[in-house]
Amino acid sequence: MSRPRLLNREEASSATLDRELLVRIHDVMVKARVLEERLIQMYKQGHGYFWIGGPGEEAFNVPLGLLMKKGQGLDSDYLHAHYRQSATLLALGEEPIGALRQMKNTATDPYSGGRNFAGHFSRREWNIAPVSSPIEVQYAIAPGTAMAQKRHGGDGITIVTGGDAGTAEGDFASCLVWSSRPANPLPILIIVTNNKWGISTTADGQHGETRISDRGRAFNIRSKTINGNDPVEAWRELKEAMDYVRTERKPFLMEAMVSRLYGHSSASGANFVANEVDCLKEFEAKLEKDGVLTREQMEALRNRYTEELAAAARQVRDEPQPAPESIWNHIYAEGK
Amino acid sequence: MANMAQAIRMALHYAEEHLGVMDIFGEDVGPPLGGVFTATQGLKRTWNSPLDERGIIGTAIGLAMAGQRPVAEIQFADYIYNTIDLLKIAGNTHWASNGDWNLPMVVKTPVGSGIRGSIYHSHSFDATATHIPGWKIVMPSNPLDAYGLMLSACQELNPVMYLEPKALLRVKGEERIPGEPEDERQLSKMIDAPLGDRSAWRPQWPALEPYAVPIGKGKVVREGDQVTVVSYGRTLPLCVKAADTLREQGVSAEVIDLRTLWPYDWDLVKASIEKTGRVLYVNEDTEVTNFGEHLMRRTVEELFYKLLAPPRLLAGKFVPGIGLADALELASVPQLADITQALQKLAAEEP
Ligand SMILES: Cc1ncc(C[n+]2csc(CCOP(=O)(O)OP(=O)(O)O)c2C)c(N)n1
Repeated sequence: MSRPRLLNREEASSATLDRELLVRIHDVMVKARVLEERLIQMYKQGHGYFWIGGPGEEAFNVPLGLLMKKGQGLDSDYLHAHYRQSATLLALGEEPIGALRQMKNTATDPYSGGRNFAGHFSRREWNIAPVSSPIEVQYAIAPGTAMAQKRHGGDGITIVTGGDAGTAEGDFASCLVWSSRPANPLPILIIVTNNKWGISTTADGQHGETRISDRGRAFNIRSKTINGNDPVEAWRELKEAMDYVRTERKPFLMEAMVSRLYGHSSASGANFVANEVDCLKEFEAKLEKDGVLTREQMEALRNRYTEELAAAARQVRDEPQPAPESIWNHIYAEGK
Repeated sequence: MANMAQAIRMALHYAEEHLGVMDIFGEDVGPPLGGVFTATQGLKRTWNSPLDERGIIGTAIGLAMAGQRPVAEIQFADYIYNTIDLLKIAGNTHWASNGDWNLPMVVKTPVGSGIRGSIYHSHSFDATATHIPGWKIVMPSNPLDAYGLMLSACQELNPVMYLEPKALLRVKGEERIPGEPEDERQLSKMIDAPLGDRSAWRPQWPALEPYAVPIGKGKVVREGDQVTVVSYGRTLPLCVKAADTLREQGVSAEVIDLRTLWPYDWDLVKASIEKTGRVLYVNEDTEVTNFGEHLMRRTVEELFYKLLAPPRLLAGKFVPGIGLADALELASVPQLADITQALQKLAAEEP
């Protein structure tokens, strides 16, 4: 799979993106949606204990992954994500079968060896920090990698993502404080994907701030709220914010308004909700209208991924579970 | 001889010069103060952080992910409690990622009583720390061990919790740190920051040499064959004093300084109990679900038929805090007389 070419400034600021890139974004969005739907199905068929993931955030998460500088170490970007980031991983080129393995908690699960929930990615060779379940802790951790990158020089940045309800935790404030210390401002893109929900609690009863991004202003952090349901807007805004963080070596706070298409997690049923914007559906309508792709082409693509993932799920079904004595493995790192 | 604060400072200097430590940070850790106990004065790699313990631990984790070998300080262990879930993450990151990520980081924090610190400057942390898997936990009882343990901690691939018994930070050692000058006044002149304006002051470091106290190794500090006492930190020198007093009364006590709480030196403890048949565990954390209780369980399970008396634990009282008044502090955590008495009693106990 080839990476999309990066657009130059004029192209990036134009109203749309070039055709090749639109097709590429669409491709990964479909793949990510199909992956999440497969994971939900696995859960419902008893091939996993719990589902949580990112259907509804693809329009934002795909551009994020495509724009990241992938690799290991300080010259590449670090991602400190929460559990709705599958589309970003796929955009980076990750094979979807890993997510199925984690769903089925097999020994082959590449992220945790059958130890952690679905959507809890980790991949050190690409600077993907392990996703952990406690809400918001990644915001306290991310300044550390950003600080190392600042000292190192170069243009690698740190990206941290999480939901809106979690910003009530002190760790979000920690992130703003530590990223904007006058003694050492950090190259960090602080992202909040705002779906207006906690689990069942809506933001309007709990949050007095007009926008979450307004909180950046108190720290002189450049901030913006964007429509995360539009992949073209997401691409352009992310590109601009990332360029700023890369070159200025300063923080940026981005709030992206997104949808939650299958509820919070399997704990709330994981059923499709019809009353939220479906970014994929809207994007496809636009692609069709603009003559970028035909309905048939898009359906063929979805069918192809659906078949591929169904086959992958069958493969994973027969893979071994971790052995009981493996609980003792990797408590400590030795001799690296 | 150097005191423990100076020993830690020298170890950190060695670590920033030779072991790749790039960040020594926390509240008031950098200039001008160099730490509330002076343990970080004059170091090159220190910096002051915001007053935010979660930010300190979180940033240390991030720095460790990026391979920077941070040494983070929590000013008093009393204030580490709001970081427990981050400490759990530091401890589980290697395991949760199935061996993918490891975190070479040190968290140092002063613990325990002994400076009349009242309710919020006297907490112990060993009982809680030993409930968090994935960490290595050390606690020196003298300057030389403090130096050697810090050097080992700064070379670890895993998170190390370095507990500093604050009652001992100003106590001078009996053994010289390799490279430490003969004359302690000279040492002080070289590495202690002057009072008042110190903006132009630079330390003059002695030519320090590497010295390792391996993590996981305890030490027999007094040999004996009638009763074993196992301790660490503030209560360790008290156990030594008690053993010396009892020796004059004809009671032979073996004193073990555990030095590492996890993974601890069971071979050493076990060999001693097999010899003496009697053991007293001493520490000052609150006694309910105390680390010493774990050691007692293991003693009973593995050495029951070798015992001449039930294993005993002398620890802090299970009360909500250590009160400021002298009488309150002394009644709350083990003192010399408590240890001497407990040892005497145990040594005399017959099946
Ligand atoms: C510290 C913590 N508290 C509570 C939970 C349980 N919990 C899991 S997800 C969630 C809601 C999170 O909402 P938000 O931050 O908006 O993210 P979203 O899931 O909507 O993307 C809660 C309360 C948790 N995982 N961690």
